[in-house]
Amino acid sequence: MEKFTTLKDTAVPLDIENVDTDQIIPARFLKATDKAGFGENLFRDWRFDKYDKLNPDFVLNQDQYSGSILVAGNNFGCGSSREHAAWALKAYGFKVVVSSYFADIFKGNSLNNGLLPVQVSPEFLEKLFIAIQKDSEEKIKVDLENQKIAITSTGESERFNIDPYKKTCMINGFDDIDFLVSKLEAIKNYENNKKTTPASVGV
Amino acid sequence: MKKTLFDKIWDSHIVESIPDGPDILYIDQHLIHEVTSPQAFNELKERDIPVFRPQQVVATADHNTPTQNQHLPVQDLLSRKQLKELTHNCEENNITLYGLGHPYNGIVHVMAPELGITKPGMTIVCGDSHTSTHGAFGTIAFGIGTSQVAQVFASQCLLVEKPKKLRVNVNGKLKNGVLPKDVILYIISKLGTNSGTGYFCEYAGDVFENMSMEGRMTVCNMSIEMGARGGLIAPDETTFEYVEGREFAPKGEDFEQLKTYWKTLKTDEDAVFDQEYSFDAEDIEPMITYGTNPGMGIKLSGSIPVEGGKSDAKALQYMGFKPGEILLDKPINYIFIGSCTNSRIEDFRTAAAYIKGKKKAENVNALIVPGSRQVAAQIEEEGLRAIFEEAGFTLRQPGCSACLAMNDDKIPAGEYCVSTSNRNFEGRQGQGSRTILASPLTAAATAVAGKLTDYTKQLN
Ligand code: SF4
Repeated sequence: MEKFTTLKDTAVPLDIENVDTDQIIPARFLKATDKAGFGENLFRDWRFDKYDKLNPDFVLNQDQYSGSILVAGNNFGCGSSREHAAWALKAYGFKVVVSSYFADIFKGNSLNNGLLPVQVSPEFLEKLFIAIQKDSEEKIKVDLENQKIAITSTGESERFNIDPYKKTCMINGFDDIDFLVSKLEAIKNYENNKKTTPASVGV
Repeated sequence: MKKTLFDKIWDSHIVESIPDGPDILYIDQHLIHEVTSPQAFNELKERDIPVFRPQQVVATADHNTPTQNQHLPVQDLLSRKQLKELTHNCEENNITLYGLGHPYNGIVHVMAPELGITKPGMTIVCGDSHTSTHGAFGTIAFGIGTSQVAQVFASQCLLVEKPKKLRVNVNGKLKNGVLPKDVILYIISKLGTNSGTGYFCEYAGDVFENMSMEGRMTVCNMSIEMGARGGLIAPDETTFEYVEGREFAPKGEDFEQLKTYWKTLKTDEDAVFDQEYSFDAEDIEPMITYGTNPGMGIKLSGSIPVEGGKSDAKALQYMGFKPGEILLDKPINYIFIGSCTNSRIEDFRTAAAYIKGKKKAENVNALIVPGSRQVAAQIEEEGLRAIFEEAGFTLRQPGCSACLAMNDDKIPAGEYCVSTSNRNFEGRQGQGSRTILASPLTAAATAVAGKLTDYTKQLN
């Protein structure tokens, strides 16, 4: 997994609430059996109309906005557990998603793929939207080490939370599989002990 | 310390707790399907790690399968490739697969319970958010992403933080015509789609105690739609009776011994929940959704709320509805009875009982998709097929079908579909499709009337 420490970049404002994973990557694009290539179909039905023509009203199609930070409305990533949503965002080029709320599974999936979900207060989210919409060149700084997100022009900042274990993983670029495989002895011991409890009969 | 049902199961599955971090949680049963597993198998292959406990994994093909001519080669090339890869991966790793055409094939959350794979007190995961369904048995069951599928392959464990605990109580007597689907749609309409985020939800109260296992599955299935990782209901005699005698359920002495243990799986008297809500059964009526998330629900006879935020306006525009509008008598051209929420035999019995002797309206396309081969066989045996066909309904072969429209079962753009599935997101049932979530009874009545109709007066 790619390491993440700090990032200073412009952002794309997606001022929509309850963005579900069916919007992030519609089901008809889930047929691929590898992870590459999902970026093309990110927000497919918002980016393109039904004739596959670019929808100029959608923020990802507006030239003034670019960058590796996506700032989105409340409750981002709800719905299906498809990790394809995190892959699509990552493949498109996003490294950070900011929202005032993330759905659990999406959050976990993002962290497992080196895409940092930054949860901020609704007030700070509003400030972010205002700053970016005022000046699309506005740089947002995300500092994982110090768990801080800041708006460069105004200097306003907020602290965000992240599980300490996940933080270490992101900073060092290692993931849960590496960790769990290092624990196989403990897992086998657990299995052996469990055999003597009624809970394991027939399991 | 007093423990909740959830604590009891969770705590007994902790291999190790990482200080300041997640728990290493042992997973008893891992269920997989064709769409979210291939990348996980690849991940393992790339790292040269074997599947640690293949005998604790069961696979099915359901999400991306056709519901017609399942005996023929799958037409869609990408789907065929996905299925082939699943077969290949299962063979290579010694994993049991109930593929297309196998008598045990079905939607993963229908197949596992009906085979007795799902039992109380277990931890079950699957790369599908509606894994919460299995919570109906007093099980900790939740959906995971593909990276986590790979973790479970590699270690039969997951690194997860223990969620907070939520309890939803519903007591009283349900009105005639109010089904488990209405109960859960009602709860979600009251609590919203993210009130459950960070929580595991226990459903308690006599409404759930008096519910069949299939009804409980419908309820737990939609826990994720209020944001909860999962939902569960304490196992009781109804649960034990359901499990006993099923294909992979323990038999004889083993079963009795387990039952003694299962009986301890309930929340202690004074255990504390982080959050608790209570509702009266008498307040619940048949429900429908009017928007593009499952929390946007109203009574079938109700009107769309006038006050809403900006996301409401966007949803109403998509749906072609207006604030304050009453949806009763709205013409509907499509109905779908199926999905892991409502595709078990009771759902089809309910629908058939209403449909019997009636005909679907001319304008309606009525699609019925059983949850599994076994349910399909029951439909045959109980003579329900004839009822559906005489009424002009189309009965298909099992699979996820129009729930997520990965295959050809799609609702055309702009059309409304009264659907027994669990998600009404934009385009979920096909690009531009407009989904109205409801119970199998509401779907059946809509098909007959050709419009949303208040059928409760016809029931006795
Ligand atoms: S029926 Fe729908 S919700 Fe259920 S497993 Fe299939 S796609 Fe997922």
